[in-house]
Amino acid sequence: MSQAEWNEARAEAVIAPLAGLEGPLLPMLHALQAAFGCISDAAIVFLAERLNLTRAEVYGVVSFYHDFRRAPAGRRVVKVCRAEACQSVGGPAAAEALLAAHGLDWGQTSADGALTIEPVYCLGLCAVAPAALIDGEPVGRLDAAKLKAAVAA
Amino acid sequence: MIRVFIPRDAAALAVGAEAAARAVGREASKRGAAVEIVRTGSRGLFWLEPLIEVQTAQGRVAYGPVAADDVAGLFDAGFLDGGAHRLSLGDIAAYPWLKQQTRLTFARCGIVDPLSVADYVAHGGLQGLKRALEIGHAATLGEVIQSGLRGRGGAGFPTGIKWKTVAEAKADRKYVVCNADEGDSGTFADRMVMEGDPMSLIEGMAIAAFAVGASKGYVYSRSEYPHANVTFAQALDAVRATGGLGPHAFGPNNPFDIELRIGAGAYVCGEETALLESLEGKRGQVRVKPPLPAHKGLFGRPTVINNVLSLASVPWILANGAASYAAFGLGRSRGTMPIQLAGNVKYPGLYECAFGVTLGELVNDIGGGTRSGRPVRAVQVGGPLGAYFPPALFDTPFDYEAFAARDGLIGHGGIVVFDDSVDMRAQARFAFEFCAIESCGKCTPCRIGSTRGAEAIDKLESARDAELIEDLCETMKFGSLCALGGFTPYPVLSALKYFPEDFEKEAAAPARAAAG
Repeated sequence: MSQAEWNEARAEAVIAPLAGLEGPLLPMLHALQAAFGCISDAAIVFLAERLNLTRAEVYGVVSFYHDFRRAPAGRRVVKVCRAEACQSVGGPAAAEALLAAHGLDWGQTSADGALTIEPVYCLGLCAVAPAALIDGEPVGRLDAAKLKAAVAA
Repeated sequence: MIRVFIPRDAAALAVGAEAAARAVGREASKRGAAVEIVRTGSRGLFWLEPLIEVQTAQGRVAYGPVAADDVAGLFDAGFLDGGAHRLSLGDIAAYPWLKQQTRLTFARCGIVDPLSVADYVAHGGLQGLKRALEIGHAATLGEVIQSGLRGRGGAGFPTGIKWKTVAEAKADRKYVVCNADEGDSGTFADRMVMEGDPMSLIEGMAIAAFAVGASKGYVYSRSEYPHANVTFAQALDAVRATGGLGPHAFGPNNPFDIELRIGAGAYVCGEETALLESLEGKRGQVRVKPPLPAHKGLFGRPTVINNVLSLASVPWILANGAASYAAFGLGRSRGTMPIQLAGNVKYPGLYECAFGVTLGELVNDIGGGTRSGRPVRAVQVGGPLGAYFPPALFDTPFDYEAFAARDGLIGHGGIVVFDDSVDMRAQARFAFEFCAIESCGKCTPCRIGSTRGAEAIDKLESARDAELIEDLCETMKFGSLCALGGFTPYPVLSALKYFPEDFEKEAAAPARAAAG
């Protein structure tokens, strides 16, 4: 996950290609988060001004969706599926073991900023469950040992 | 040049397809073999993934599951000429699990190069759109109505009626929106279409737009599907490059184009009105209906909003005629359903067949029972809002009405199998928990009821004392604005009804310990 200091000129450049879209707020939030690692207060003020919305409206959207972060994630982001298909084949045990090994709870980032472990509800990998997404790459047929190894790899 | 087909379907990637593809490329260049690697979608036989196919003089020959370590051995065995190997599967199309299926919507998935318009056309693509343009708007609508196609997203509303409403609405512009926010656990058919045969969805949307008079389409996909989104965006570019999308899509100055939008991790955005709010750049909160999206949808304009599978079924219907499609099925459920077998099942995958197959056939015969080898105890059909059925209900035919009659739903066609180690009290609690996490907050029964429901399950001493939960479920079912709050009672009440022994506080712990 890339992280960068807030920079208004860069933010302008990031959202410029999206200016002509109908209902551009979500695409712009995704683009800003991809560029800066999170949606900071400065980003909320910036988008409110550009789109002629109130800050409350922008904040309301940011806080509604699970994907948008107010603080940067760790350098490695692991999204572990917690939904039913993964539950049926030992997903919870594998996930618990991973959390315990790193001393983290769901949604937390390690103190050194190396790792974030997040819950996700279905990756569509239910035929190769349990599954996870590690920095955007899918891994399946996991157990505790395989998940731990995949995160460390 | 020998063509080798290796999936880039996300589930195949999750079990090593990328490493296998790299190994094939490496080994081929080492041995000086002229190989063209074609990245396809998946055939949907996931226990055999990564499944590699080779184009030989005798046809396509399959091998699987191929780990990167197996690749050198495959070359040694002469797999580029279809040589025998312990991973040989022969012609995968003749494999019983695939051969028994009726693949209409998934006819091309896993076979074609998803990014090649030429390959799509060579395998029957664009015939549906061509015929629609020939027979005109009204006859196209008529075909879809007569096919009996119902919304494959779960609600089962007749697709043609929805289109007709939009076609008859007067407005300065209209939209076609594809709901690709496939959030139900146990479902992956939309993802497979976007990764394996994205042009069928594009063609289906084009037919819908032509039929109702829309010039703009949106596909609302999920951030949890990064690979599907990349493939689909590339497919849009490929079609645009041929002029199939753009200012002259339906003829001179008769435009149609599609834009891909990505959600941001909210399950409720799979509900059609929440999805429209999200597309408009708002919180994904459910709208009160009426007005229906067909009258006032995206940006207040008449909008066709359909699931990926509904839209991807349309090209076949137009190409082959409504009667051919309606000849498949049972009762008011016409055509085929791409069923997804998932969870603790021996043969997980995509099984498309006519409606009417029983749940027991799906789980035991086609699915092969559990992956763990233990007895099947419960099956959840239709995602996190679907009921848990015990084996006693395995005679239920796969049909919208038959499942509804037994307080269940087929939803998006996902089936998640659980063996006898499942704790149904935990599953019932999870249903409430999930609803609490994903509730959009607009209506009270869902927002508050879900949290109170989880608490009530914690306090429950016995299934006999469940009146409070049953009463709460009644309120959620009839008082919620959408299916999230309205259907969460299905998994909860079915767990209580069919698995009461798991709710006995005293007995539960030792039973689970014994099973675990």
